[in-house]
Amino acid sequence: MAPLLEVRDLRVEFPTRRGVLTALDGVSFSIMPGEVLGVVGESGAGKSMTGAAIIGLLEPPGRIAGGQILLNGERIDNLRYDQMRRIRGREIGAIFQDPLTTLNPLYTVGDQLVETIQTHLGLDGAEARRRAVGWLEMVGIPAAAQRIDSYPHEFSGGMRQRVVIALALCAEPKLIVADEPTTALDVSIQAQVIALLKGLARDKGTSMMLVTHDMGVIAEAADRVAVMYAGRIAEIGPVREVVKHPKHPYSAGLMASIPPLDRRVEHLAQIDGAMPRLSAIPRGCAFNPRCPEVFARCLVERPALLATGATEAACWLYDPASEKHAPEAMPHG
Amino acid sequence: MAAIARMLDSDLFWSFRRSPVTVISAVVALICVLGAVLAPLLAPHDPFDVATLNLIDAFKPPAWAAEGDRAYPLGSDDQGRDVLSAIMYGARVSLLVGFCAVLFSMVVGVSVGLLAGYAGGAVDGVLMRIADIQLTFPNILIALLVDGIARAALPSDVHDRVALFVVIFAIGISAWPQFARTVRGSTLVERNKEYVLAARVIGISQLRIMLTHVLPNVLGPVLVIATLGLSNAIISEATLSYLGAGVPQTQPSLGTLIRIGNDFLFSGEWWIAIFPGLALIAMVLSVNLLGDWLRDALNPRLR
Amino acid sequence: MLAFIISRILQALPVMAVVALISFAMFAYVGDPVAIMLGQDFTEQQRQALVASLGLDQPFFVQFAKFIWNALQGEFGLSYRLSRPVAELIQERAPATLELAFCAALVSLSIGVPMGVYTGLYRNSWLSRFFLTFSLIGVSLPTFLIGILLILVFSVWLGWLPSFGRGDTVQIGWWSTGLLTVSGLKALVLPSVTLGMFQLTLIMRLVRAEMLEVLRTDYIKFARARGLANRAINFGHALKNTLVPVITVAGLQLGGIIAFAIVTETVFQWPGMGLLFIQSVNSADIPVMAAYLMLIALVFVTINLVVDLLYYAVDPRLRVGGAKRGH
Repeated sequence: MAPLLEVRDLRVEFPTRRGVLTALDGVSFSIMPGEVLGVVGESGAGKSMTGAAIIGLLEPPGRIAGGQILLNGERIDNLRYDQMRRIRGREIGAIFQDPLTTLNPLYTVGDQLVETIQTHLGLDGAEARRRAVGWLEMVGIPAAAQRIDSYPHEFSGGMRQRVVIALALCAEPKLIVADEPTTALDVSIQAQVIALLKGLARDKGTSMMLVTHDMGVIAEAADRVAVMYAGRIAEIGPVREVVKHPKHPYSAGLMASIPPLDRRVEHLAQIDGAMPRLSAIPRGCAFNPRCPEVFARCLVERPALLATGATEAACWLYDPASEKHAPEAMPHG
Repeated sequence: MAAIARMLDSDLFWSFRRSPVTVISAVVALICVLGAVLAPLLAPHDPFDVATLNLIDAFKPPAWAAEGDRAYPLGSDDQGRDVLSAIMYGARVSLLVGFCAVLFSMVVGVSVGLLAGYAGGAVDGVLMRIADIQLTFPNILIALLVDGIARAALPSDVHDRVALFVVIFAIGISAWPQFARTVRGSTLVERNKEYVLAARVIGISQLRIMLTHVLPNVLGPVLVIATLGLSNAIISEATLSYLGAGVPQTQPSLGTLIRIGNDFLFSGEWWIAIFPGLALIAMVLSVNLLGDWLRDALNPRLR
Repeated sequence: MLAFIISRILQALPVMAVVALISFAMFAYVGDPVAIMLGQDFTEQQRQALVASLGLDQPFFVQFAKFIWNALQGEFGLSYRLSRPVAELIQERAPATLELAFCAALVSLSIGVPMGVYTGLYRNSWLSRFFLTFSLIGVSLPTFLIGILLILVFSVWLGWLPSFGRGDTVQIGWWSTGLLTVSGLKALVLPSVTLGMFQLTLIMRLVRAEMLEVLRTDYIKFARARGLANRAINFGHALKNTLVPVITVAGLQLGGIIAFAIVTETVFQWPGMGLLFIQSVNSADIPVMAAYLMLIALVFVTINLVVDLLYYAVDPRLRVGGAKRGH
């Protein structure tokens, strides 16, 4: 089966006063039809940036400086603004982090839904409104037929995020880019919203890129997961594999820092140090200053994603050619 | 040395150098200030020395015009005064009034703001209500009103003697609420910070806390308001003087010169009003540009 | 809705009260009205008769109450300078000022808002840069200087437009209008542009700043992510949100027009209330100053009320009183 979305060697740059910063570097992955790909990492790792690049809404002065993004085998990274506009909402829907600020306060939720439906599906007003009510019911808004004429401030945070989900899905896109969809919500509501998203995606056969820093959300909803670090993908593979048997030392550290539910632990592991700033990414592997397994090659050569069993990891540990733990042996070339 | 090096490397200086408009306006502002301050040394004539005035020299057009006279680079007015010299002396008055008025409103506004923010409660309520009411009215109206009341309340000989102070007071009192509001806002934020609470607990006096801890933290925005306030004060003074309500005729400011020149606009002697006008624009525009730059440079969100 | 209006009126009352107190204090304590009204030769009897007829021998509160009572009926006494009832003078001058202010407001809003929207949307285009430079010069030009420059170019050099007065006016009841004659309209052009220019640049800069602010918000990003057309995003979502704060400040700025009319009327010798006021300031004509102050306060308070009502109409969050926000 051909992938729905394919990202190849994506590179995003920000020109700044102190030189050009590379925010994303050599990011490659694909999403199959109906698949949910989770993307995790610390803040600043480039998760949200990847999502913004896919929907073509990078914040200026950020720009795609290299690589390709393909939807159904066709490039969408080089489209003109107006061509891309027709894809946004219709082919790729987006969900943002904070439902309190995502909805326009001066329009009713019905106005915003009808507007989106009419823009993409060309329906008349009455039909668009019928569908809008239908979507509100589908995302679990009680008394949808009355609530459709309410303004956003008349809904609670959780309800507003449901409205946002309805807005993202109402033109029936094939892919949803959900950027931290539960982070701003109360813990008690997070699970409901994730369950709703997962259920709707399954029913409609929609693929999803689920950006989050919450491993619990990934474990709950995703099929595969990509672990990002300093603008690069550290490891990508099926969720179970990455959680149970992380290959990259960074993923391993990340998983070890999650409190297990089934047993008591004295203290949680933590990774020493902090993720480098974009202006100070070290040569070789970006993780090398913090990596417990670092060796000579990691300091000079940047690892690409290497297949290791069920997952792929960007780590020289998995290259048979690496002379492991031999700092005195200088790499050739 | 180290301090200068640090200054040259700072973000503020970097943003200054990067903006040619700012550099140019700084140069223009400097020329205006120097020309005004050093007027007695630099001006070709002394416009207040009646002995040197000669009606034969009246209404000379600028030097580059056909009947121009090199001795009067920007022409002369109805009494034979050199327009350039009059502008330099006039700018002295305009700048003096502007600076003093801003200083006055700054002192009043910052004190009221600190007091309101720090005391809170009824004091805060009353002071801010007064500021609100005053803010409802444009500055120029307040200044005119204060000036009018002073004119009515003081005997005319006393009024003429203190006219300059009346104008400074009128303009200064019209602009204090902007300072007070900003300072109050910042003070409220600072007041509840732990170091201020700590200082209070160990018994440092309230006044001292305000002056040593809170004040330095509000200086940035105050500086921006003061810079933009300076151009407003200069405009207010010019407007008052143009309307005949400002500085006395014996000490003509740029506004007074424009008022005098206004009468000769129709008879063709445009330079008497227009050159002081251009000087006023150059002064205000350069100060405004500097103020804009300072505001953007000190506002981290816009950087 | 009614409760909203009433609460706003109640908030406006203290402002009016303070202004009335200041006006009264001016009226009663600044200068010596008796001496001014009597002139050079008078007997002690005449003086006491005048003091009694003006009520100056009565206690403060009685005088103040009387002042308020008279003010409510539009009664402000006689002008020291012109020896005519102040109310009559103001009624005579009001149409000229109001027509001028209206035209100036029209100029500043109809040009300032589109310029602000344009510069907000296309912040890097050369036309935006031009507008911004223009606006900076606009705020740096004192109103009277704009007037003088316009007179120099359009009246003295080109001879296209008149430089002073209202031209021919038509009397409709007590209202004299210059809007119905060609010379009246021509006479309005330069003063309106002069008076509107400063507000125009302010409104433009304000709309631009708000527009930039709104375009950065999440809901605009989300509107883009929903694939809405640019037109719908810019003129529907962004502009409507921009208008909320713009209404407030623009309303207050329109109040400023009334104040700056003083300057414009002086430059163009426009026979309005502003010219009357400046003449009273120069000759310490307190009754006219007091009346003008009260009138201006009333105009400002009314504008504030209208602004609040507009605000109420635009922003649904105000309509549901104290609606819950947050999670």
